Amino acid sequence: MTVVLNQSFTGISIGAVLLLIALGLTLTFGQMGVINMAHGEFIMAGAYTTYVLQKSISSAGVSLLVALPVAFLVAGAMGVLLEWLLIRRLYTRPLDTLLVTWGVSLMLQQLARDIFGAPNVQTAAPNLLTENISVGGGITLANNRLFILGLALLCVLGLTVVLRLTPLGRRIRAVVQNRDLAEVSGISTGRVDRTTFFIGSGLAGVAGVALTLVGPIGPTMGTNYIVDAFLVVVVGGIGQLKGSVITAFVLGVLQSVLEYSTTVSVAKVVVLVAIVAFLQWRPQGLYTLRTRSLA
Amino acid sequence: MLEINSVQAGYDRTTVLHGVTVTVPKDGVATVLGHNGAGKSTLLRAAMGLLKPRSGSVLLDGEDITHLAPNQRVARGMAYVPQGQQSFPHLTTAENLQLVADGRPEGKEAVAEALDLFPVLRELSGRRAGLLSGGQRQQLAIARALITRPRLLLLDEPTEGIQPSVVAEIEETILALTRRGGLSVLLVEQHVGFAMRAAQRYYVLEAGRVTSSGEGGTGAEQTVRAALSV
Repeated sequence: MTVVLNQSFTGISIGAVLLLIALGLTLTFGQMGVINMAHGEFIMAGAYTTYVLQKSISSAGVSLLVALPVAFLVAGAMGVLLEWLLIRRLYTRPLDTLLVTWGVSLMLQQLARDIFGAPNVQTAAPNLLTENISVGGGITLANNRLFILGLALLCVLGLTVVLRLTPLGRRIRAVVQNRDLAEVSGISTGRVDRTTFFIGSGLAGVAGVALTLVGPIGPTMGTNYIVDAFLVVVVGGIGQLKGSVITAFVLGVLQSVLEYSTTVSVAKVVVLVAIVAFLQWRPQGLYTLRTRSLA
Repeated sequence: MLEINSVQAGYDRTTVLHGVTVTVPKDGVATVLGHNGAGKSTLLRAAMGLLKPRSGSVLLDGEDITHLAPNQRVARGMAYVPQGQQSFPHLTTAENLQLVADGRPEGKEAVAEALDLFPVLRELSGRRAGLLSGGQRQQLAIARALITRPRLLLLDEPTEGIQPSVVAEIEETILALTRRGGLSVLLVEQHVGFAMRAAQRYYVLEAGRVTSSGEGGTGAEQTVRAALSV
């Protein structure tokens, strides 16, 4: 029982990392339909931002807290620049977008190598986050994983509030649902696109900060997570925030439990086969919205 | 108010409008009639900026707005109700209206006025627009367009595909709006009777060309019917 609970917690923490990475994609891919292969490099930018800040701020705790908003702004700004320079010209050409952003991701990786060097670097975690909490019955929870879980849930809450309750959220949802109608309703759709991209990319930066707590920072770190993050968004239902939340945690727990009973590779294969089977049965993903008409 | 001058427009290699000229009088109603495929909706899309004319110009109160984006035209007092009862289907009725009111100083009052025009929308405020009936969605579409307090309203077949009881209600509301002043309307309509009752000026469009035009009013109804039956 203890083993199952420990594995489940590990799974939930894997899910939290996945969720943090997928959150930005629910906006840029899920809501806007842009396949941005450079999303992983925004994660990397967030992680390197933490690294740079820690060099100038000696306290690991303070630098981590400062890194969260700064990484959001850095990655967000990179996203806006990418959208403005390239993606906005390719909205009707998804395959070209995929290729162009893949090219951008390779360029950003090389840029990181040129600036920070090819070997991975590491940041120091605050003391509090290097400890574990024992909750009894042999179950221990790692503080850094709990922090990431809390951060993921906070980001979900923040994004939900923005999308559901603010004028900006209404505009984002309107542009996604009917671009022409939004434009003739007086909304500058170009500005909304850039803002959406800013938030989506900024969330990738926040994910990058979180990842510095569980692993090294390297030029290709984002690439390792990007496919899983796309899977979370597709399985959850395109543009459906709650679908992404549920899928991230289910995939995390599934992966963790299977890894314990088999091997890492077998667990990965089983999870991918399960996703393929699920999408055959339900191609629209976990959640879709009912409408009488899509007009 | 609005002058569409010799506009040529189309999609890809197809030319739909071949030099169409239409004028909407200030505080008046102009109607464009024609069979399916004549280019009526294309004309409104070009007037609103959703379709870039290949040649010709669009003037609003004498200002050339041909190259302005649709949202900039809205800021200058234009509003547009497209064909097909369009809405933001996953937003609630209230959100569909609030979306347009956001950031406008008199947004709250404008929403209240729009709901007074179509009281049924008040009861449906929490329902997603995609779950409304066609008639309710069209009422929502007109209400949404009015929230910007436009000086010029472009209406594309507002009664098409709607149950007769709601058609009468929508027609009465449009007529009341045009009578209270301060609003010019460019109305594309298939129902000749209603269009001629509402309009001071009519244009018959065939295969992208104006083939007949003149003063509106019910007296001209037979002339228009004859022009349309050719």
